[in-house]
Amino acid sequence: MREQLPALIIIAPLLVALIAPLISCVSTKALRVVVIGTLLVSCMSALSVLIRVLSEGTFHYQFGGWAPPWGIEYVLDPLSSGIATLISFISLVVIIYSGPFFNGETKLRSGIIHALYCLLTTGLMGMVLTGDIFNLYVFLEISSLSAYALIASGGYKATVAAFRYLLIGTVGASFYLLGIGYLYAVTGTLNMADLVQKLQPLMDSPVIFTAVAMLVAGMGIKMALFPMHGWLPDSYTYAPPPVTAFISGVMTKVSAYVLFRFFFYIFGAASGPVSAALNIIGWAAAIGIIFGSVMAITQTDFRRMLAYSSIAQIGYIILGLAIGNTFALIGAILHFLNHAVMKSCLFLVAGGVKWKTGEHAIEKYAELSRRMPLTMGAFLIAALSMVGLPPTAGFFSKWYLVLGAMETGMWPYIIVIIISSLLNAVYFFRVIEHVYMKKATPEMKIPEKGGELPVAMLVPIVVLGAGILIIGILNEPIATQILQYALPGGTH
Amino acid sequence: MDNIVLDYRPLLAILISLVAAGLVLLSGRRPNLRESWTVLAALGKAAIVYSMLPGVLSGKVFETAPINIAVGINLHFRVDAVGMLFAALASALWVVTSFYSMGYMRKLDEKHQTGYFASFAVCLSATIGIAFSANLLTFFIFYEILTIATYPLVIHKRTPEAIASGRKYLVYTLIAGQLLLIGVIWTQVITAGNADFQPGGFLAGKAATGILQAIFVLLILGTAVKAGVMPFHGWLPAAMVAPTPVSALLHAVAVVKAGVFGIIRVVGFIFGPQLLTEISIGTILAWVAALTIIISSLIALGQDNLKRRLAFSTVGQLSYVVLGVCLLSPLGILGGIYHIIAHAFMKITLFFCAGAVYATHHLTNVSEMRGIGRKMPFTMGAFAVGSLGISGLPFIVGFISKWNIALGALQGGKGIFIAVLIGSAMLSTAYLIPVVYMAFFKESVPKIGHGHDSLGEANPAMLIPLLITAVCSLVLGVFPNAGARFYDLAVMAANSITGGNVSGGGL
Repeated sequence: MREQLPALIIIAPLLVALIAPLISCVSTKALRVVVIGTLLVSCMSALSVLIRVLSEGTFHYQFGGWAPPWGIEYVLDPLSSGIATLISFISLVVIIYSGPFFNGETKLRSGIIHALYCLLTTGLMGMVLTGDIFNLYVFLEISSLSAYALIASGGYKATVAAFRYLLIGTVGASFYLLGIGYLYAVTGTLNMADLVQKLQPLMDSPVIFTAVAMLVAGMGIKMALFPMHGWLPDSYTYAPPPVTAFISGVMTKVSAYVLFRFFFYIFGAASGPVSAALNIIGWAAAIGIIFGSVMAITQTDFRRMLAYSSIAQIGYIILGLAIGNTFALIGAILHFLNHAVMKSCLFLVAGGVKWKTGEHAIEKYAELSRRMPLTMGAFLIAALSMVGLPPTAGFFSKWYLVLGAMETGMWPYIIVIIISSLLNAVYFFRVIEHVYMKKATPEMKIPEKGGELPVAMLVPIVVLGAGILIIGILNEPIATQILQYALPGGTH
Repeated sequence: MDNIVLDYRPLLAILISLVAAGLVLLSGRRPNLRESWTVLAALGKAAIVYSMLPGVLSGKVFETAPINIAVGINLHFRVDAVGMLFAALASALWVVTSFYSMGYMRKLDEKHQTGYFASFAVCLSATIGIAFSANLLTFFIFYEILTIATYPLVIHKRTPEAIASGRKYLVYTLIAGQLLLIGVIWTQVITAGNADFQPGGFLAGKAATGILQAIFVLLILGTAVKAGVMPFHGWLPAAMVAPTPVSALLHAVAVVKAGVFGIIRVVGFIFGPQLLTEISIGTILAWVAALTIIISSLIALGQDNLKRRLAFSTVGQLSYVVLGVCLLSPLGILGGIYHIIAHAFMKITLFFCAGAVYATHHLTNVSEMRGIGRKMPFTMGAFAVGSLGISGLPFIVGFISKWNIALGALQGGKGIFIAVLIGSAMLSTAYLIPVVYMAFFKESVPKIGHGHDSLGEANPAMLIPLLITAVCSLVLGVFPNAGARFYDLAVMAANSITGGNVSGGGL
């Protein structure tokens, strides 16, 4: 059983996705029990695999017993299993939260939505765990297609946004496919470990140059790296709130992870086209950070503000990769974790407010602190973490990134990070002012007594909010026990 | 060093009010229970801090075991003389202010009292954390917590004016915080992670002069904003919109002194007088401080709102500390550090009096306070003591620090600063004594005392604290070592920074 745990991480949600509509026909309650149970199993398996990997070292799981490079293998190293744990945890938390949202759905719709949600989880975790670049493409498409459909389930405007995302996203996926096609053409292998060997003599060839360019374009679109972010604001704004919380938390970051895998593990960061590519995406990220933050300031819709903030925040991770030394990479991966937790938390809060009052406009957030003290407490922690104030988690990823940038003397990046913190402060304190200070006008639909959310929604929000503080205080063990081994060249 | 003692009391002193803040939030519906948490935490914190005082005076240094908070750097607390001085001051005055707060808030029947008392407790945790932090990162973390925890107090009234002041406050302090962060990280990088405060500094020879100057500017910009050094003082008068106990303890003692304390750490424990002389940058800061002293006093003359007048006075008085420390001479540093104590007792008295006048008679402007001294003889008597002290009258505590700063100027061969001190003393006489005169010697207008009892004195919860701090100002003026032996602590701190022997100095 223990040997098969890695398969369970992915197979469990995949199987449930297949039978979800059937279960739904019998009982939607049973469906939710099964789905939550499955994601719990998936999360627990990922966690136990992570613990095992940390004590015993990297572990290869061969699907169907076929040995690589012909068979597909899953590589469970500290990085991949750590991120798989994160994805399954966020997935679990969000599905628990989503209960009240999907209560009113018909049996069929509920079944399909849950099935897509499980597929999305499967796809994202598969992308992270696989050691095969074509298998990665398959999972990329699984996750993308289920994400398009989930976003489209948010209503009329969401359908348009999802269609736009579908068009752009397909282009992105095609770029990725072309990229790995080139790699396959020159090396004849799709296995990542095998590629590392076979690519070494070819690194300066034009083929590799083209492949790198394709990968940057493909994954750049998928992670909404500036200026390829056009699909993101609408999709995040109009998708159903639980869906937004999940995809904003982990989906774009998984694409950043793929780029990290390719650049730092397969190609090697110092080799020919890669260092140039890292430089380019670093600057794109820097501009994106400022652009996203400024756009976020101009928004009046809370979700849209968070969406633009996401465009900025993905830049932090890319900036870390572009700087590329140990501290910066620790900062990038830590920010992966931090941002997943805090942005999911913020979107869950946004969804909760919508559920309670039907409003998304920031100016309708007046006096919510009194009606929903716990929800708004979590929001406050997440907002302070986004600004990067100690002792929240967001401070520490910023700390490592600036430390890394300072070591290599990359002052422009430092200035960008500092300015971004201040811009974050501008748009989050504006919301905080509304929540805590503004008086509600009579026509606002402010819930009276007992305004707090139902337990199923409140617990995930509070758990994520507390998680931000816990990650902040425990960032040192996370960095030395997990991230240190997760970095390229990190031995165990 | 064998005088270092492993001890968890520093951590305990920080956590006690943090726990109290949580309890305050939970017992918001029962005001008496809520306030008893505040009082218990204040007394407990003072007891913990003062239990370490004899040890510190005998030369011991209390340390907690380092806690890893980030890769290669620790959350680390250490109680040395100057940290002890600040912590002992803040924790003692919190006890007094807690009682005053209750009297003030209940008299005015303010809203949001739960959030008020909780934020207050968090602020005190952060203040003690700043006092006891052993390295820059620890200092920075508590410095930023203090920034955030003070914000709800500034916007307490929820009026448009309060919100605007809150924004102003955040703009100043958050930008300062980010500049400080760059400085902290830069220090971290050039020292390869070993950035523990050391008396006399540790940066000498670590980098080129230009880099050291840049780091100094960043660190000082970060701390000078909270210390109200001009031109970064704008938030302080605006923050006077907060309830008076906040102005009294936080905007005259804890928050602003945290900024000043940061400057002392930077000057004395990161760079050190010797290095600052070498890279020739300390004197510039001394001149900025001198200008701040004069300009703020001139502005204070024109303020009719009593709290604003006191705020500008605070801006000037804080720069005394900065000036004293930046003279880089042993007596100057001694005087500067002791002025933290001196100014705290005098200014908290003045703010308590201003608050008592407002809470009892709803007067805020100096021009309305004709004859108020006859209605409130004790309150305005205390105000007179504070005013005379700020002006530097002998036998009140302010004289001792100013005398030492003046001697320090001579000792450092910068006698010209004595002219600044004299000018400022005259100006502060000019902006504070008229208030006393107005209160006691002008005919009262009918507005005062309408419907109140005949005497119109403040209620005991306000009156007793302000009398205590006024008496302290007098006692410390005659016996600067009375009570917590603040003078000895300041001497120890100045000695450790300069490596010299200043015990025979001032008095």
